[in-house]
Amino acid sequence: MKVQATSRTAAGLPTGKLAVWWVIASEVPIFGGLLASYLMNRVANPGWSEGLEHLNLWIGAFNTLVLISSSLVVMLAHAAAARGDGQKAAARLRLTAAGGALFLCIKAYEWSVKIRAGHVPSAGGLWQYYFSATGLHAAHILVGITILLIVAAGAAKGKELQRVELIGLYWHFVDVVWVALFHLFYIVR
Amino acid sequence: MASITASHGDPHAVDHHHEETNWFLKYCWSTDHKIIGLQYMFTGMAMALMGAFFIYVVRMQIAFPGHPVPGFGIVSPAAYNAAATLHGSIMIFWVAMPLIIAAFGNYIIPLMVGADDMVFPKLNRLSYQLFLLSALILIASFFVPGGGFGGAWTSYPPLSASGAFNLTPMGSTMWLLAVAIEFVAFLVGGINFIVTAMNARARGMSFTDVPIVVWMIVLSSILFMMSVGPLVAGAVMLLMDQNFGTHFFDPKHGGDPVLWQHLFWFFGHPEVYVVLLPPMGIVAEIIPVFSRKKLFGYRTIIYTAIATGVLSFFVWAHHQFVAGIDPRMANVFSATTVLISIPLAEMCFAYIATLYGSSIRFAVPMLWALAFVGEFLIGGSTGIFLGASGADIHLHDTYFVIAHFHYTFFPIAIIGTFAGLTYWFPKMFGRHLNEFWGKVHFWGTIIPFNFIFIPMFINGLAGDPRRYYSYEHFPQLATPGLQALRMTSTIATVVMLGFQVVFLVNFVVSLTRGRKAEANPYQANTLEWAAASPPPHGNFPVLPTVYRAPYEYNHPDREVDYWPQNEEPKEAIAVVSQAASEEATR
Repeated sequence: MKVQATSRTAAGLPTGKLAVWWVIASEVPIFGGLLASYLMNRVANPGWSEGLEHLNLWIGAFNTLVLISSSLVVMLAHAAAARGDGQKAAARLRLTAAGGALFLCIKAYEWSVKIRAGHVPSAGGLWQYYFSATGLHAAHILVGITILLIVAAGAAKGKELQRVELIGLYWHFVDVVWVALFHLFYIVR
Repeated sequence: MASITASHGDPHAVDHHHEETNWFLKYCWSTDHKIIGLQYMFTGMAMALMGAFFIYVVRMQIAFPGHPVPGFGIVSPAAYNAAATLHGSIMIFWVAMPLIIAAFGNYIIPLMVGADDMVFPKLNRLSYQLFLLSALILIASFFVPGGGFGGAWTSYPPLSASGAFNLTPMGSTMWLLAVAIEFVAFLVGGINFIVTAMNARARGMSFTDVPIVVWMIVLSSILFMMSVGPLVAGAVMLLMDQNFGTHFFDPKHGGDPVLWQHLFWFFGHPEVYVVLLPPMGIVAEIIPVFSRKKLFGYRTIIYTAIATGVLSFFVWAHHQFVAGIDPRMANVFSATTVLISIPLAEMCFAYIATLYGSSIRFAVPMLWALAFVGEFLIGGSTGIFLGASGADIHLHDTYFVIAHFHYTFFPIAIIGTFAGLTYWFPKMFGRHLNEFWGKVHFWGTIIPFNFIFIPMFINGLAGDPRRYYSYEHFPQLATPGLQALRMTSTIATVVMLGFQVVFLVNFVVSLTRGRKAEANPYQANTLEWAAASPPPHGNFPVLPTVYRAPYEYNHPDREVDYWPQNEEPKEAIAVVSQAASEEATR
């Protein structure tokens, strides 16, 4: 049965887009709470964040570049979908997903280096925040890759092209979160 | 009836006659918002019985320490802690939230905005299933080694962070997991409520034509969404502290236990308003209908609700005045806490102003609505004592606090639910509840309720600390006078619980034997009364069009004293049938 409520637009935005904005709104406080706890610890305890110099700025910067480039690609996918070119949109979405996968590989390498150096989550202090913040973000990337591939499969058949923009919104959000993490963990030492 | 015959148009354009034949598909796997609402309601009611049983155990132990409790046996200290913890957790997360937000939100939002369902029916089903899963995990935790979680519903570390302290290692992890899954369920459900109310409104329904209760449920969903995030993060951190060796909250290894209190109450205090706003809205629906008068200050009520929502993010630390926070910060939070009572008082004044000069019908839903305003005002005004940091240092963690927040939460979760349930019962089940037994149940609940909690104010002022297993070994607290008051509370609890049987019997009997209800038994204006009682899957034969605000009672130009939102103005009939058919083909 087709539900008519879904296709109504009394607020002037398509229902799916409105919902994605609210999903993003509900995600902000989750990262916000974690990062606020991290910042409170940093501000209240001088010297608490000294371990940050072990993080490799260049790896972080390269990962930022990877993620921002993938955001550009997802925008190009939206442009293709807006023209009705589902094939091209699907290809670009898959490229975006590949960017996300590359990001995760680099992240995994970084984690393994830290763990081998003894900077494990159970060491407490700074490292538990580093691992939980980047881990929560990585989980979002993983979810994003999954949805990107699902949307790409649909778009390749020319179906549900409006979803390309919606996953793009989410991907930009994940990107912005990473930029915040990059600043708080890699740049501001 | 004008409101029903008003909906013309092509009857074949909307095909909602698809009926699920399989019982399981119809009642357990449905995407129909009404079925999901009822699923939430019956689950919430079952959990309420569980929460009630736990408090019965706790109260009996306090009144008759060391004596076996009928139906339970001797209460050990660990069982006492678990029962008190689970009573609080269940009543807030598995009773107040599902009943007051999810059950009514699901049932009435699409009906009141004139839609055929939620905008995301499958997500809606998922939301209930997640909620059910969380309830099952919680129930399962009663039976694991160590039993259910016994570290209080606020789950403060270090007590909650280590099984060595709370003695319920598995129970505490399952409790956290259940709470976290429940949050996800309500985030999913909340997004559905918000988007439905924003986007799926009927043709012609502007934001100021939306009934107050829909506004309230949407605002509370937004509040929940904005406040719960830090606690989701906090719950994950605490889970890792319990199971993976991190030390976020462990002071021995550089962690900070007060951080949990911040994360918890940053959610915990807005949560009070998350569950308060919907019953405020339910009361705003009931009062105009049973006083046959336009709701006083429609916009004012919405503005005060928004002001409450904004302020609620700046009051959380009044729970931590004795946790060693900076006294300068305590001053700020005292001020914001007192400030937040202003918009809420204003809301209550708007309801009282609606009653002024009206012709009140003391039907059962109206009795509950009036009781809500009266009892909640007691809760609100005693909160001022606790919001003032100086007084709070004396009263903190005493029975005064317990009495205060039960004077807020009982009206919210219990009185609000009974108000809404008795009001919409004819719509939900097509029959009326018995009026006489409804009144017996009302007085049998309200009178014992006050006998439970007024003694607690007195005991709290005398210094009774909360959460104590037994007062026998504290000479200054074990006086016969104080113990008599404790017994009064306990006896009143048992009496009140006994009267709930009246409701359950009335409910079950009325389902099959009650007087048949027509579509609009109260002659009310809002759109849910334009649908049949009970509404079929798809709600309306043709989706309605809205012409006016929801509370036009006793309009001077009208012969009848109500004016349904969807009744078309006489000159506009031709335009309307065209509009309706456009809507149907869209």
